[in-house]
Amino acid sequence: MISTSSPNKPDLIEELDQPLNFERAFFDKGMTILSIIFTLIALVPLFSVLYYVLVNGFSSLNWTVLTSLPAPTGSIGGFGNAIQGSFIIVALATALSVPFGVLTGIYLSEYGRDNVVDDFIRFGVNVLSGVPSIIVGVFAYGVLVIPLKTPSAWAGAFALAILMLPIIVRTTEEALKLIPWELRLASLGLGANRFQTIAKVIVPAAFPGIITGILLGISRAAGETAPLIFTAASSTYWFTRPNLPTASLATLIFSYATSAYNDLKSQAWAASLLLLMLVLTINILARFVFRRRF
Amino acid sequence: MTQLTRKEEASAEIFTPQGTLPADPIFNNVVKVAGLAVIGVLIWITLVVAGDSLPAIRQFGFGFLTDSNWDPNSDQFGGLSFVFGTVATALIAMAFAIPIGLGIAIFLTEDFLPEAVLTPISFMVELLAAIPSVVYGLWGIFVMIPILRPLLQWLSGGSSSGYGLFTAGLLLSIMVLPTVASISREVLKSIPRSLRNASLALGATRWETIFRVMIPAGTSGIVGACVLGLGRALGETMAVTMVIGNAPEIPKSIFAPAYTIAAVLANEFGEASGELHLSSLFFAGFLLFVITLLVNILAEIFVRRVSLERQ
Repeated sequence: MISTSSPNKPDLIEELDQPLNFERAFFDKGMTILSIIFTLIALVPLFSVLYYVLVNGFSSLNWTVLTSLPAPTGSIGGFGNAIQGSFIIVALATALSVPFGVLTGIYLSEYGRDNVVDDFIRFGVNVLSGVPSIIVGVFAYGVLVIPLKTPSAWAGAFALAILMLPIIVRTTEEALKLIPWELRLASLGLGANRFQTIAKVIVPAAFPGIITGILLGISRAAGETAPLIFTAASSTYWFTRPNLPTASLATLIFSYATSAYNDLKSQAWAASLLLLMLVLTINILARFVFRRRF
Repeated sequence: MTQLTRKEEASAEIFTPQGTLPADPIFNNVVKVAGLAVIGVLIWITLVVAGDSLPAIRQFGFGFLTDSNWDPNSDQFGGLSFVFGTVATALIAMAFAIPIGLGIAIFLTEDFLPEAVLTPISFMVELLAAIPSVVYGLWGIFVMIPILRPLLQWLSGGSSSGYGLFTAGLLLSIMVLPTVASISREVLKSIPRSLRNASLALGATRWETIFRVMIPAGTSGIVGACVLGLGRALGETMAVTMVIGNAPEIPKSIFAPAYTIAAVLANEFGEASGELHLSSLFFAGFLLFVITLLVNILAEIFVRRVSLERQ
């Protein structure tokens, strides 16, 4: 640095203080402004969606809407059965998906050691997470609705369970991989076998991470509509048995949004508010309480 | 991948008493079966969807892909307009999502603002992905379309109703934005700091560094992120169904109503009028499945190349 001062330029400090030429400075500032604008543009829809769902949703939300059955147009009705149906379908899906998901995660993390099978399974999990949800619905229709001859909560839950599976597998695997090797070694050193090590040491240590995965899976499943339209279909009655068509919040929003009646449209906003609050609460809970990715 | 995992875990492996201690054989098999069940599900999906589309495949064969006449009343089914709509909406979505998503990813990684400000922003971008598709659709119908309608009518010379290919593509772009942004962000973050520092030290400005060093170094990961976003866009159903206008024809302009495979499945699957109608819907679904499968495998290849390069 010291030796670089050239005879033409009297002062090195002055040279360093030379501003960038206009073109480069313009490009640099311009791109910075552009990227800020892009980021702001991306946040506009988020706030707009939240704003309209909150405003329109709260104005049409009341006790009757939450607790009563759909009624013929003109009389006061609600979507209590859709709230109930959503909870039941998602609960069934979770019960179906969690055992397979967690066990697969355990396999990939604890048993999976770079052989072809594990790589294949990991690849399969990634591919499965990219399968469009509507295709999973079509599949569930072929597997359960056609043979049973009726849409049912089972068929809807089956479709949602498949959609939750990759999320649960991945988060479980990641959570288990974060557990230090020393814990495994200590447990094995004490004479525990692999099953005991996994069941009594590794899984309890990774429990918050596994719960995060399950919550993220639930939040995904709760908002899914496409696979439920023709698998769980809809119903205007309270839930009685899981082998009958069952209403859900998501499909209700879809059919009410495109309806011609204003009271149904406002019920669609109220249902959206409930669904959005449910999904975002679970999602944020998963991220914050258990502090994983973010 | 295989090689890299081996390298990565070589040290751990030395200490893993694999096979030396009495592993619980039952549990071992149970977890293996669960793992293989994932593959089983993929194969099962393929078999069921392909199997149920056989009648339509026999009836129409490849003609299904070149015929855009979809008429359940006369049992005539051609899927060209749906394939066209699916690809067109996805491409429109990517045209918006790639520059904006990449812009966000750069903004969130290149130290423009302190970490304390960036973390909430990246959290909010990820929240975009948590909003259910059907809520986007509702918002699209009652908020986005009324706002866009004057602009679209002006652009299309008065013919646009607000519902159509362009609106669907735009709404889709919001939905795939988090995918493009968050994966690109992780890719950029994983590029060694020394590369950036070297470029800055040579006198490059921040954006010269981004364009000539960071983006080239992250190309395959960024491409992977975009391809993954494309896969999402191709299969996205509810929001598109609600704003595309649902017209089973090749649209004459970008602002005209159209239809996608996912949308026709959502609208007609439950009320298919006959066996051939149902089977044709399965066939359309099978096409969508194959397209997204290929796109996702491509994305997987790109993303894997990144982790290989990083080693």
